[in-house]
Amino acid sequence: MSRQLGLYFVLAIVFVAGLLFVLNQLAGIMSTATQQAQAVDFTNNSISAVLREEPPQLDSSKATDSTSGLVLGHIMEGLLRMDLQDRLGPAIAERWEVTPTHATFWLRDDAKWSDGEPITAADFIFAWQLALKPETGSEYASLLYSIENAEAINSGKLAASELGVSAPNPQTLVVKLARPIAFFDKLVVFPTFLPIREDFYNATQGRFGSDAEELLYSGPYVIKRWVHSSNLLLERNPHYWDSSRGKLAQINFAYITSDATATLNFFKDERIALARLQAENLTEALRLKWPIRRFADGTVFYLEFNHRDDRVSRNLNFRKAIQHSLDMEELVYKVTKLPGYLPGKSLFPEWLIGVEKSLREEYPARTVSVDAVKARAYLALAKEELGLTEFPEITLLTSDNPVSNVQSEWLQEVLKQTLGLTIKIDKQIFKQRLAKMSSGDFGLLLGGWGPDYNDPLTFGDLFASWNLNNRGRYNSAKMDAFIATAQNAVETKDRMMAFGDIQQQLFDDVVILPMYERGVTYVVHPQLKGVKRRVIGAETDYTYAYIDPDA
Amino acid sequence: MSDTSWQPSPGDFAIAPQHQTADVITRPSMSYWQDAWRRLKENKRALFSLYLIIGLVMFTVAGPYLWNIDPSAQDLDQIGMAPGAERNVTVAPAYTPWYGPEDSLTYAQDNRLGLTLVGVATSQAVRLAWQAPQKGQTNYGYKIYRTLFALNDGDAFGLPLMETQNEYFEDRLDLQPTDYYYTVVALDRHGLETDQTSTIQLTVMRVITLLEAEKRGLTEDGLVKEGDQIKLALHPFGTDYLGRDMLARLIYGGQVSLFIGIFAPLLYVLLGVIYGSIAGFMGGAVDQLMMRFADFAVALPFLLFMILLKVIFGIGPGESGVLPMLVAMVILLWPAPARLVRGQILQIREEGYVSASKLLGAKTDYLVFRHMIPNTMGVILVTITFQVPSAIFTEAFLSFIGMGVAPPTPSWGSMCNDGIKSMLTRPHELFFPALFISITVLAFNLLGDGLRDALDARMRNRE
Amino acid sequence: MLRYTIKRLVLGVLTVWFIATATFFGMHAVPGDPLSSDKSTTAQIRANLEAKYGLDKPLLTQYAIYLKNISQGDFGISFTQENRQVNDIIKEHFPISAILGILAIVFAALGGILWGALTALYRNRWPDSVIMFLVILGISVPSFVIAAISQLFLVNINALAGTTILPVGGWGTVWHMIVPAMVLGLSTMAYLTRLMRSSMLEIVNTDYVRTAQSKGLPKTRIFSRHQLRNAILPVVTVLGPAIAGITTGGFVVEIVFAIPGLGRYFVEAIQQLDYTVIMGTTVFYGAFLVFMVILVDLLYGWIDPRVRISP
Repeated sequence: MSRQLGLYFVLAIVFVAGLLFVLNQLAGIMSTATQQAQAVDFTNNSISAVLREEPPQLDSSKATDSTSGLVLGHIMEGLLRMDLQDRLGPAIAERWEVTPTHATFWLRDDAKWSDGEPITAADFIFAWQLALKPETGSEYASLLYSIENAEAINSGKLAASELGVSAPNPQTLVVKLARPIAFFDKLVVFPTFLPIREDFYNATQGRFGSDAEELLYSGPYVIKRWVHSSNLLLERNPHYWDSSRGKLAQINFAYITSDATATLNFFKDERIALARLQAENLTEALRLKWPIRRFADGTVFYLEFNHRDDRVSRNLNFRKAIQHSLDMEELVYKVTKLPGYLPGKSLFPEWLIGVEKSLREEYPARTVSVDAVKARAYLALAKEELGLTEFPEITLLTSDNPVSNVQSEWLQEVLKQTLGLTIKIDKQIFKQRLAKMSSGDFGLLLGGWGPDYNDPLTFGDLFASWNLNNRGRYNSAKMDAFIATAQNAVETKDRMMAFGDIQQQLFDDVVILPMYERGVTYVVHPQLKGVKRRVIGAETDYTYAYIDPDA
Repeated sequence: MSDTSWQPSPGDFAIAPQHQTADVITRPSMSYWQDAWRRLKENKRALFSLYLIIGLVMFTVAGPYLWNIDPSAQDLDQIGMAPGAERNVTVAPAYTPWYGPEDSLTYAQDNRLGLTLVGVATSQAVRLAWQAPQKGQTNYGYKIYRTLFALNDGDAFGLPLMETQNEYFEDRLDLQPTDYYYTVVALDRHGLETDQTSTIQLTVMRVITLLEAEKRGLTEDGLVKEGDQIKLALHPFGTDYLGRDMLARLIYGGQVSLFIGIFAPLLYVLLGVIYGSIAGFMGGAVDQLMMRFADFAVALPFLLFMILLKVIFGIGPGESGVLPMLVAMVILLWPAPARLVRGQILQIREEGYVSASKLLGAKTDYLVFRHMIPNTMGVILVTITFQVPSAIFTEAFLSFIGMGVAPPTPSWGSMCNDGIKSMLTRPHELFFPALFISITVLAFNLLGDGLRDALDARMRNRE
Repeated sequence: MLRYTIKRLVLGVLTVWFIATATFFGMHAVPGDPLSSDKSTTAQIRANLEAKYGLDKPLLTQYAIYLKNISQGDFGISFTQENRQVNDIIKEHFPISAILGILAIVFAALGGILWGALTALYRNRWPDSVIMFLVILGISVPSFVIAAISQLFLVNINALAGTTILPVGGWGTVWHMIVPAMVLGLSTMAYLTRLMRSSMLEIVNTDYVRTAQSKGLPKTRIFSRHQLRNAILPVVTVLGPAIAGITTGGFVVEIVFAIPGLGRYFVEAIQQLDYTVIMGTTVFYGAFLVFMVILVDLLYGWIDPRVRISP
């Protein structure tokens, strides 16, 4: 009996070995191997990292998400860029000038595409026209609306060729502004403004941006190989003009996964050079004595109220009741427990620059202290004003990632204990949540906003009555007036004062409840230096990174 | 041939007397089910598992009355506490914001930055102050780090808490009653770290405000004042990531998990058995058609139809959709057992006793229910017992993506989900729900084994 | 046999059509908007997007167009990964899931048969208890826990050995496949072990085995000729759907080990309401499943001659 089994066992092993061999050959052929990714390789001057998701869109006229933004930040370059000190500096444009009517950019003559052809003003004109064409369906087209005729083109009323941009010579780009906009130069850092060459675009026949060969590169790196959902290999672009950028020969995004624990395991195994930390594995990181870094990623998270007519949250006293119940310090220090998170005080994060100092230093935000007695008093007032005997159940709309899960559960419990409100947590996955946000199908919303460009207006105009991202449909003539000033005023100090007013209005009317400003905690391989983390643009910037073998 | 043959005599033909005891029945005749039940009772392991299952059910049903704690109450001072962790806490005054040390502070004399603790280090705040390395030197800012482990030369300093221009800092981040090592590093004009550092070790004392203590019922009627030591609430199985009592969550979670875990498999395996036996027995075109329909049902994307059913049932957002989950699982998961049973039936159909039975004039349902199904019991029972954990985990997955139980309602599976993230640092959050699931599975397996042995017709006559 | 196969194939196509139809209408019935995104768009841009994906036509028209397209093998363009054909997505990622799945099934089947037979032979002795204990463990611990623990284990043995023994993630060589496949196949292996044990125990008591024993046949011959063949039948029945199930169920393993398989795409597509990918993968998987079932049925007929005779 056991002899029989033994024979079976041996046969099984032989069969499996053969199968493994066959499968090995198959795997090797069909999708180029990950190779054994190495975090830091000094001899080959390459590093390895991880992407949290497959970049859905490398067509810069349409890209919206942060992963695409990260990759684009390495393979493309636009008119201007943010330097190592986070100041606006020249890129393909050597110098520029912004007046109330025009913005002019003078391009360098040694900027080349990855096929050796020079980058000219025409490439920018084509890209911007493309972004505005209605059939492209670019979601960030509105960023270009300050250009003459842009809005009309995007609505289909004018042809794209009517766009108020011209190139008197290949190295000069002249932009006619639809209205005075002092910070136009800060806008052009955004990916939608990146150049695209017309003949290359047409040759791809609708597949532009979907694969490594369907892209033309203007930045320090090119995509050498892109195996979808598996890995993305960047290699230095030999035609790139700036030798101070692109020191690493290769950047290998060897894994594409969203699992934080798996990412940390890759880091432990020295497969990748940088990994984010969660609150739960901080102790592990400390025990292993890894160098830990922290940076504020620029996003602000807030509790949004639904101001529509059919919601209890349209009542000011109701909102004040909630304002006095929630202790954001408790949320940040006890519940979320990640360093780098700042308890929320304002819609405007700390890093925004005002006139000379930071905006928040020049216009400090007002806050209230948590007071359960006051909170209940406000709630009673609200009940009276709304004519209710009981408060209905209120839906809290949130997404389903681990951090917002914990926060929403905390919120639910606090509001129940302090105010006796029944909160239902509506955990929606991405598309459904967006649909509900747009249609206003929520009572409270755990929302946030990341900056698109380096000016307070990127946050400031959020609650204009015309802004579709104002999900609660807050409508105030006063607020609209402040925002209009912030948009159109020419003097910086006038604009900053308008932002101060907006901040005050947000507080007085309890339009939202700022929860926290997010920070990211991460670990880096000790030999990798020069990694820049950015609030605007590519979140992780390896273009100035280099390897120090003696570290 | 010898003459030893027997010679009959008339007396041998007398009528034999009636033996009253000729036909003694040694034991009462039992039906199939009675026999099975008897055999089950004798099987020690199966009996044990039956009691275990009853125990688990009692745990979830009677538990709330015996352990009267709200499963959603958050004890934020005891987040992630392991069972048996120390619960002492000192009563302290309420927190007030701090704006720097008094001038009279004596700094530590370490010839470096003189990092000093100001006041007492409590779980409310740890206040630190230091001095510029040389008087009058330009201050370009400082960075403060914190770690849990002793620092040796050349070690990384730990968690970067803050960068500041001030010469003091108040730490309020997740302060646990343990030892901490803080390091302050002076920065140079470029914002890079210099080697001017200073480290300090301190122990944090857990505190609670009088107001909080009273709110939570931890004081015995006004006898407590500041400076006293009291005990925080008892959590026999520890607490989870929001300080909720694990035992209470296990009890309430068990209600959901056991409900789904027991009823869903029972229902859909039952459905599958009926469907499969009919298909297998009928054979031919009917069988083909029925099996194709089963293929169709199995290929439908489970998740999509879960969402649909939730909508159809009118389960609003944030509400627990336990019933739609049950229905969805029953509607979408019956094909597998159906296939299995059909296969068995196809086999059994050709057995001798079936044709014999048919010859004797047995009807279809008699054949199916009295002969075939009992003979497939082994396979059916194994399937049911294996579907129990599968159902529990499907529920966990669905709850995880918002299709199942809504927070704060717990379930064993979703507690496993949550526990996995902190598996390395707080294993008890994963261990207990997983343990309960394992016990349930073990119990069902043993019971299934016992049932199979008891119900196996072939074993009936062999003792 | 040939007529039977053809009949099955025809029915199979019909089944796939039903699957496509049910999924199509089911998908459109789910609330949510495939075109919504983080940054709200103007009405004009919205209209353009709808026109591009044909969402502005009435539902039945969309259905007809879709059927026409898939009959020509065109599954359309993904909603979320623009400019990428669904055909390409399936072509690139399915083989990976398939390879992983096949390996997982092989482990599960071989292991299941082996352990199951062992427990039946050594019933109630120590191998039985040990194996059964492991089986219980294998199915009562959720797959994401097993995946996470095994990855951690790999990291630690790599660290101990100072060199890479097995990769902790990624894809490309057979060494990348081994641990993920084992994790994937674990619960099926446990189930098959139990099934095998159960059916073997039954057979040990059957008459024909006793007959063979009393005839004096050697135990090994009884085992391979009679017991094994009959006991394997339930295992084979389960295999068909198990293969299909494993290839779709690889979601957790694919995320933890960063394997670019189709399972990940599928679940994310449902979450993001990427219509074309949902339809494409469902129809594809449906066809694959149907094919597997047909294959298994034919296999079944080969193993058990009694079944062959039935129509």
